[in-house]
Amino acid sequence: MSSAKVAVVDYSAGNLTSVALALRHLGYDPLVTSRPEDIAAADRVIFPGVGAAGAAMENIATRGLDESLKAVVARGRPVLGICIGCQIVLDHSEEDSGTTCLGLIPGKVRRFQFSDGIDRKVPHMGWNEVEFVQNHALTDGIDTGSQFYFVHSYHPVPTELSVVYGYSTYGDVRFAAFLAAGNLATVQFHTEKSGPPGLRLLSNFLSWTP
Amino acid sequence: MLSKRVIVCLDVRDRKTTKGVKFKDNVDIGDPIEMGKAYYDECVDELVFYDITASAENRPIDIEMVRDVARNVFIPFSVGGGIRGLDDMHNVLLAGAEKVSVNSLAVCSPEIIAEGAKAFGNQCIVLGMDALRVGESDAIPSGYEVVVKGGRERTGIDVLEWAKRAEELGAGEICLNSIDADGTKAGYELTITSMISENVGIPVIASGGAGTPEHLREVLVEGKADAALIASMVHFGEYSIATIKDYLASNGVRVRRL
Repeated sequence: MSSAKVAVVDYSAGNLTSVALALRHLGYDPLVTSRPEDIAAADRVIFPGVGAAGAAMENIATRGLDESLKAVVARGRPVLGICIGCQIVLDHSEEDSGTTCLGLIPGKVRRFQFSDGIDRKVPHMGWNEVEFVQNHALTDGIDTGSQFYFVHSYHPVPTELSVVYGYSTYGDVRFAAFLAAGNLATVQFHTEKSGPPGLRLLSNFLSWTP
Repeated sequence: MLSKRVIVCLDVRDRKTTKGVKFKDNVDIGDPIEMGKAYYDECVDELVFYDITASAENRPIDIEMVRDVARNVFIPFSVGGGIRGLDDMHNVLLAGAEKVSVNSLAVCSPEIIAEGAKAFGNQCIVLGMDALRVGESDAIPSGYEVVVKGGRERTGIDVLEWAKRAEELGAGEICLNSIDADGTKAGYELTITSMISENVGIPVIASGGAGTPEHLREVLVEGKADAALIASMVHFGEYSIATIKDYLASNGVRVRRL
């Protein structure tokens, strides 16, 4: 087991077991926690999550985690957001009649909306390709076009395209699936449930020195 | 673009994978943890574990088994059989499953779908339904009736109506099993699968009847299913996940490859 302290932020009713088990499989013993002091003391932080943006932000605020998440990002520690964690880093989400988010990366979160005549089921659920458009340490050794597991109805729309490292396409919507800015990286897909490429991305995160 | 999913189903009895025909004449075929791991290594897209005796024995699902699976496979898997309420759902999800499948329970208490979706998210709740072809009538306009208890008990509920209701209640997915086709290896029931898939906005997993890779192509294309569930055709080594996916890919069906 590695001695590095990896905190997995428990801020919602979301299922964190899969993330914790994937980290154990990679030789780490993560601390699943909702305590701001644990997050402040961690070497690396992962904030996963399923569910709705409104509930997620509410839980974060109730537990006083918004400030600790912002602080840990500001201190330069590697931080990885997964799924809803990829959305709440932006400024605002359309979900739950509008939710103010953490504002760590400029942009919005929108519901999937296809052009007329294009009919797709929402949520976008299943395996889809991610096309890497810039090199990043987290995708080292992973082929562009590898498939990852997605489950979501909303997608990130960052203001600056320079933060987008990977895109995926559903129906006629090409959306940002992997964002990064400095020591903060976020993925819309469930990397912990995405087989070998997903585990590789997690493993890359664990050795990432931004 | 989104791939069509190939899902392997493992029926589990006393910690052994088992397989029967039309829910009868079961034979044990292996350890579910090892089999799950092997399918994971072969690039299956998802796994389903059904504890087939939990319900009849009125005991909770084998949570230790769920934990063991979760330690070994890093793709989504769902668990069903013997879910009696929200606590059971919670335990299964906490043990590392991505989704919970409810079937008979939801027929008796449809509100469990709404409660589960509210507590854990829609994506966690899979409605399993067993469909029996009965012919069209006023009571059963689709011609397919929902049956429970492994096909032994008819409910008087129309399959299509139930599917729409389940979606309204918050189910994230529907796993539609044809009792007529189950275990026959003669192909999926395309009629009811496409009917349901066209009438709901959530993914439909087709189940029952797979015998050849062509059957999967049929149900994913003509049957409009989002995913195809298989069991016997891979459990007994007749086909591998790779040969099935090769076939699908070379016939124009988008699938995930490693």
